[in-house]
Amino acid sequence: MSIFDTFLNWKVFVETLPLLLMGLWVTVGLGMAAIALGAAGGLLLALLRLYAPQPLRWIAVAYINVFRAIPLLVLLIVIYYALPFVGLRLTSYTSATLALSLVSAAYSAEILRAGIEGLPRGQSEAARALGLSPLRQMTDVILPQAVKLVIPPLTSNAINVMKDTSLASVVAMPDLLKQATQAQALAANPTPLIGAALIYLLLLLPFVNLVGFAESRLGRRTR
Amino acid sequence: MAAILEIRDVHKSFGRFKALDGVDLNVEEGEVVVVVGRSGSGKSTLIRCINQLEAHDSGLILVDGLDASRPRDLRRIRIETGMVFQSFNLFPHMSVLRNVALAPVRVRGLSWAEANGRARKLLERVGLAEQIDKYPGQLSGGQQQRVGIARALAMEPKVLLFDEPTSALDPEMVGEVLEVIQQLARTGVTMVVVTHEMGFARRVAHRVAFIDAGRIVEIGPPNAIFDAPRDQRLQTFLKAILSN
Repeated sequence: MSIFDTFLNWKVFVETLPLLLMGLWVTVGLGMAAIALGAAGGLLLALLRLYAPQPLRWIAVAYINVFRAIPLLVLLIVIYYALPFVGLRLTSYTSATLALSLVSAAYSAEILRAGIEGLPRGQSEAARALGLSPLRQMTDVILPQAVKLVIPPLTSNAINVMKDTSLASVVAMPDLLKQATQAQALAANPTPLIGAALIYLLLLLPFVNLVGFAESRLGRRTR
Repeated sequence: MAAILEIRDVHKSFGRFKALDGVDLNVEEGEVVVVVGRSGSGKSTLIRCINQLEAHDSGLILVDGLDASRPRDLRRIRIETGMVFQSFNLFPHMSVLRNVALAPVRVRGLSWAEANGRARKLLERVGLAEQIDKYPGQLSGGQQQRVGIARALAMEPKVLLFDEPTSALDPEMVGEVLEVIQQLARTGVTMVVVTHEMGFARRVAHRVAFIDAGRIVEIGPPNAIFDAPRDQRLQTFLKAILSN
């Protein structure tokens, strides 16, 4: 058998592509949900960490540190396999979304905090001096500038979340990787795995390039 | 005349450094008070305590009867006082027009149409009618500071605070900004101005306050301060400035 028949078998590829594409939609759906929930949670955590009164601030710091330290795979397995022992039985989709969002929120929080703290102090001083309410200071003055400042790291984080969705295959989530391993078993040929790898690349390479481009542009501007 | 601004025995420390060491100052409605002094003498801290960008440690600050140390009063104080900053602090992601119209909409509840109209008039008054759709980054320092002044005026404040409004400007732009402030002073608005521009202080101030080591050591009409200074430290300060 030639290497092409083994790894790049066109017939197997065509036969299993529908499965892979089904997996791709699950992956994209899971990734998008986790990115959105993570961003919302991250914003809340960042604001708590920066502006909340003491006990809340401390809780936000603790959350951020814990969820940046815990390996995602461990968290995922704990949620899916351990929580049922205390009566909390979550579907693989819910478990995966939860685990990815919890971790992504912690990273997003740190990124957003850096963006907010990276603004000149005069911006919030001017907003306060004008009498804007704390909410308006955020939505009109601080966040639009801070978010723009951290678009590259936020995109990097989104790429990581998208990649980490592949871990969900260990909790029986029918995502792209899971479909590929099943198709491989079915066809007794590893071509679907290569196909899945290529699809991940096609999906994420544009975003990786975008980050590189944005960073080089930002770098030029600050120089 | 009633004092619109009352500062009584105000203290403020940064760590072990005493920035304000018992400041008393009353400013009457319509009065222009110019605060002068060396760098680090506490003059910027004083003006920043009035709207609590710095919280004072002790003493009393009343703006139009409102107590700056009470959170509920503070918001009102900030609404009723306009501030112009040394580094302009315009919002770089908004057009010039929106910079000026924003607070009247968000705080005073004007419609965008009303606020834009008001903003246009003010920008015209400071000589920037042509620049309203530009962004702050496209303007010169002098133009940016005039936008800063229009932004403060748009709230129709009872008191205007100027924190070294020309210190960050190239020399050739100082004049255009001082000219605008001088015109404002003639309209009868209450102003507290921290500045190094002695000529401006002499022309515009009703009273000049000289602050040294966190205390106002001498205060009076410009000719008394500049032509007949009594305090030794003020004499030294003026000599140092004039020899430049």
